[in-house]
Amino acid sequence: MAVTPKIELSGVTKSFDANHVLKGINLTVAPQESLVIIGTSGCGKSVLMKCLNGLITPDQGSIKIDGQEILGQGRAALEDLRRRFGMTFQFGALFDSLPIWENVTFRLRHQQALDKKDARDIAAQTITQLGLAASVIDQYPAELSGGMQKRVALARAIVDKPEILLFDEPTSGLDPITGGVIDRLIIDARERLGATTVTISHDMASVRRIADKVAMVHHGVIIWAGPAEEMNESGVPEVHQFVHGLAEGPLTNEKPAASPAKMATS
Amino acid sequence: MHGFVQNIGRTALNFLAAFGRITLFSITAVRWIFTPPYYWQQLFRQIIDIGYFSLPVVGLTTLFSGMVLALQSYTGFARFSAEDTVATVVVLSVTRELGPVLAGLMVAGRIGASMAAEIGTMRVTDQIDALDTLSTRPMQYLVAPRLLAGTICLPFLVLVGDVIGVFGGYLVGVYRLGFNPSIYLARTLEYLEVSDVTLGLVKAAVFGFLIALMGCYHGYHSGRGAQGVGRATTNAVVSASILILIANYIVTTMFFGV
Repeated sequence: MAVTPKIELSGVTKSFDANHVLKGINLTVAPQESLVIIGTSGCGKSVLMKCLNGLITPDQGSIKIDGQEILGQGRAALEDLRRRFGMTFQFGALFDSLPIWENVTFRLRHQQALDKKDARDIAAQTITQLGLAASVIDQYPAELSGGMQKRVALARAIVDKPEILLFDEPTSGLDPITGGVIDRLIIDARERLGATTVTISHDMASVRRIADKVAMVHHGVIIWAGPAEEMNESGVPEVHQFVHGLAEGPLTNEKPAASPAKMATS
Repeated sequence: MHGFVQNIGRTALNFLAAFGRITLFSITAVRWIFTPPYYWQQLFRQIIDIGYFSLPVVGLTTLFSGMVLALQSYTGFARFSAEDTVATVVVLSVTRELGPVLAGLMVAGRIGASMAAEIGTMRVTDQIDALDTLSTRPMQYLVAPRLLAGTICLPFLVLVGDVIGVFGGYLVGVYRLGFNPSIYLARTLEYLEVSDVTLGLVKAAVFGFLIALMGCYHGYHSGRGAQGVGRATTNAVVSASILILIANYIVTTMFFGV
């Protein structure tokens, strides 16, 4: 009997005015699989990821989680769905005005009315698992280095044990060693939680470390998807150029699409 | 000629579209004010920020306005021997007009800009999207407490400003112009009606709502990058200031029946 995919996208399209960012994305992610999405800047990777947890609503298509359609559902259903997701953003997106312990336990505090002492204990426990000192919980995001902020963002994403983890360029802006540490933490977190992960990355060393499966987005469609170990022999010129970081090739002088901003008011 | 008409039409359409967006934004935000969960910590923080930390700037503004008003009215009224009305003119001008409008404009500069910059920065650094992913509605968490705090705090600020402004007039009247303190105070209270103060406070509540609304709206819809946040901040202050002046006329017409 075939296993129901954890995530299944069919014919997903999204346009912002005349800018057609996604032109029919078809993709499946198996339970506990680690998918990494690659592609040039502005190709629609971040829009695709934001479609997965409802931050952006596609124009057409279908997105199923555990076989259940999520598009067209109401706000309450969407919020229930989001509780199953943890997400980190490219630049951390930690709340500047809150100390680290409140950042990490934000959802627990607001959704489960966790008291301050328990929240601080949970925050300290989670960030020590990620290699930070417990004393960090009273600091503010601006007081931490980029690598520490990435770890705190990871702690916030995993603290309530989500089924699906989304990582938007988790190692961007980090030195190779810190990037390697973040990759190790992502792999550990995934194994510990048994989570399915979808990661956007330009860092091919990181892709090779964390990916079970790789998908490349180009001009709003998936031009190749397959096991990470087959990435070098894809036979697709764009994938070959991207994976090997070649200046010459079909991806040269690509004009990035405008990055859309979400303007929802509810 | 054709281009001129086209420009007028486009400007009118843009104005109507912006008006519609702001109206929808404010309706959504007001709905969230009355919908649980309530973010008391956020509300308390905003009350401190808007109410407490704006006291010095509002106090200084109304103090010197009251002092200048006493001097100017004395100089003007002396021309037709009506110096006795200085205290009455100061108290009525401050409570009905200067207190709410000056406090509103000063708070628009301080708080409107701060709200737009803070929320705009949250927008461009994905913090607003992060709120969504953490099952928290940004409108309810960020905008509703600010609107409520603005509406609550401005009347209190104006009340304090009224007292300080009248006190400024008293200082100039008594120590510079030589009025008898008892007579000055008696004249201050003689023609002052409760409605002068309360309706000034109603104006203040309207201004507080508008300041917070403009700060939140422009921050929430901030463009990308530092330039986008800068533009949002400027737009918040300018639009709040203009709306205060327009609302001042409308509220005065409605309530004072002038």
